[in-house]
Amino acid sequence: MPSLTLLGQSVVSGLLAGGLYGLLALGLSLSWGLLRLVNLGHFALAFLGAYLTYQLGTAFRLAPWFSALLIVPVFFGLGVGLHVVFVRFRVTEFTSLLVTFGITVILESVIQWFWTADFRRYETPYGTSSTRIGPLFVPTLDFLAWLTAAALALATWAWLRFTYVGKALRASAEDPEIAVAFGVNHRAQAFVVSGVSAAYAGVAGVYIALISTLAPSQIWAWLGVVFAVVIIGGLANPIGALLAGILIGVSESLTMAVATPAWAPLVSFSVLILLLVARPARA
Amino acid sequence: MNVLCKAGGLAGVLASFLALSFATAAGAAPSGPPVRIGCTLALTGPLAQTALLHKIAAEIYVEQLNQGKGLLGRPVELIVLDDQSKPDVTRTLYEKLITVDKVDLVMGPYATSAILAAMGVAQRYQKMLIHNSFGMPHLAKYDMQIPALPFGPEPNRTIPATVFDALASTSSPPKTVAIVTSKFPSAQFISSGARDVATQRGLKVVLYLEYEFGTRDYGAIAARIKDAHPDFLWVGSLGLDSNQLLEAMRKLDYMPARHLHLFPAPGPLATAPDGKLALSTTDFEEHPPFTSSPAAVRFVGQFHERATRAGLPYVKVDAQAANEYAAWQVLEAAVTATKSLDDKTLTQWLRQNRVDTIVGRLRFDGPNNYGDDLTRVKQVQDGTWVVVWPKDVAAPGSRLLPP
Repeated sequence: MPSLTLLGQSVVSGLLAGGLYGLLALGLSLSWGLLRLVNLGHFALAFLGAYLTYQLGTAFRLAPWFSALLIVPVFFGLGVGLHVVFVRFRVTEFTSLLVTFGITVILESVIQWFWTADFRRYETPYGTSSTRIGPLFVPTLDFLAWLTAAALALATWAWLRFTYVGKALRASAEDPEIAVAFGVNHRAQAFVVSGVSAAYAGVAGVYIALISTLAPSQIWAWLGVVFAVVIIGGLANPIGALLAGILIGVSESLTMAVATPAWAPLVSFSVLILLLVARPARA
Repeated sequence: MNVLCKAGGLAGVLASFLALSFATAAGAAPSGPPVRIGCTLALTGPLAQTALLHKIAAEIYVEQLNQGKGLLGRPVELIVLDDQSKPDVTRTLYEKLITVDKVDLVMGPYATSAILAAMGVAQRYQKMLIHNSFGMPHLAKYDMQIPALPFGPEPNRTIPATVFDALASTSSPPKTVAIVTSKFPSAQFISSGARDVATQRGLKVVLYLEYEFGTRDYGAIAARIKDAHPDFLWVGSLGLDSNQLLEAMRKLDYMPARHLHLFPAPGPLATAPDGKLALSTTDFEEHPPFTSSPAAVRFVGQFHERATRAGLPYVKVDAQAANEYAAWQVLEAAVTATKSLDDKTLTQWLRQNRVDTIVGRLRFDGPNNYGDDLTRVKQVQDGTWVVVWPKDVAAPGSRLLPP
């Protein structure tokens, strides 16, 4: 029987891991839900952001927070540029899967060419620091990632709910023709969403660099679980993405604590299947 | 004048000597159609980090061959295809190498599952397969497969025995052990053997866990290890699993007294703050007696140069690169001795003879062609790996340091 401390620590670990899942899912959820583009390249962008953070930190001794200030606007531009390509070639929801798969493979090769296939680890003095709360330990970086995910999810939710652009985007996603009839310029707003989505990938990348080990093939390691998070959370639902990330993270962590760690990867998809059975409208 | 004549005469002699040397060298240079040798390596995918070391080692060996006499006086052409870390792709590519590229010989890919896939193809076409990273000898049923990895026929028994012997030699041998292992086939196989060996030796196994290859978050696993609080932690890890697990434990303000990592990425673990005094297994490190032969010294130097040029963050030779090099030494020895490229002839010779390599003297006459287990225990000391057990091959002046 696992001890209460073990269970508590596992919940903390899962909660914080869920923050990173939510952070990665946020941008994907926006582009899928609002632009009807399933952007697999989101993961490659996140890892590109992670490698850039690593490079800026190790070669130029730039603090990751400053790296983020550089990466976020650059990635916003990348996202806009990517959307120009999507518009130019009239990429649809289905074809976006193929196109962005290709983009991911290309970006993976570029990363491997520049940084090699070998592991990269961005060592920082605060990499293993934690705060003790009673018998539990809260890792600093993981907690910061969680806070960032929560702040971005809340801000994005407020943006979509209370601003004109947000309402117009939701209207376009709901019924593009009626939205156009009401004077919504979906085309222009789509560039903003694509830019924001890529910028979020950049933010996730900064934390991936700080928390995880970098290898080009790791791009694919996050794909399954983050897709499950996006679907469970609901498309274009920032708060949903965060909560779904936490749900998956805690479920995985508890599975590791009370059963066997090898079963953890099954959890995200089991939760997804259960949810789709219970609420088929999400499918 | 006399001096000039003498100088001229000397120059003439020197020139004649150089011309003769050149002619001799030119005569020895390999010529004719190349001997084509094919293999796949995981140049992309999750095994790419380690496969890259194999590629560099193989290229160095082929370059050395071509700078010398080649094989049977012919130059050697190495064909390396990317199997993407996928056994199914490996299988297809070996088919291609044998039936389309029509290579003369094949060498093994990297990692157990890929080698198993290649072995099936080699068996179908009756090709000899020399491999150097197959960790499950009981599955190597093909009689023309030659293991250059000195694991012995039962690494699940002998490797843990070597490790526990080393620990037992210290003043405070562990009484409890936690075993946490990746489900990667060879790591899981050897680690489950470690559980049996530990139990047989009277150690209490307080935790046994298996995790999926590619696990991202080690927080809960670290919490379970902390909860079990073992004297000794055995991690059946690959690549950076170990670093991630150690970091996760550090975040919980916990570190086991002793910890061993089966197949870690050597550089990151040696240089990580939590890697201090970490243990691992090996069959080659960059110090005597392993670097006693000229071949080893030459290889180490060339590897440093190539790995630096390739942009690798850690350029030291460890077991992975050394085993690849040893595999090529095995191939060259067989071809040179038999003066043949016939797969059956080469295999037959290898099964009857021993070959000196940089990892030791290898034999292939045991069960499933496996010979002796030459596994050593190494430890991170002052930021670098040194062999500490058995004592006769320990780095000069080194011993297994207590926690």
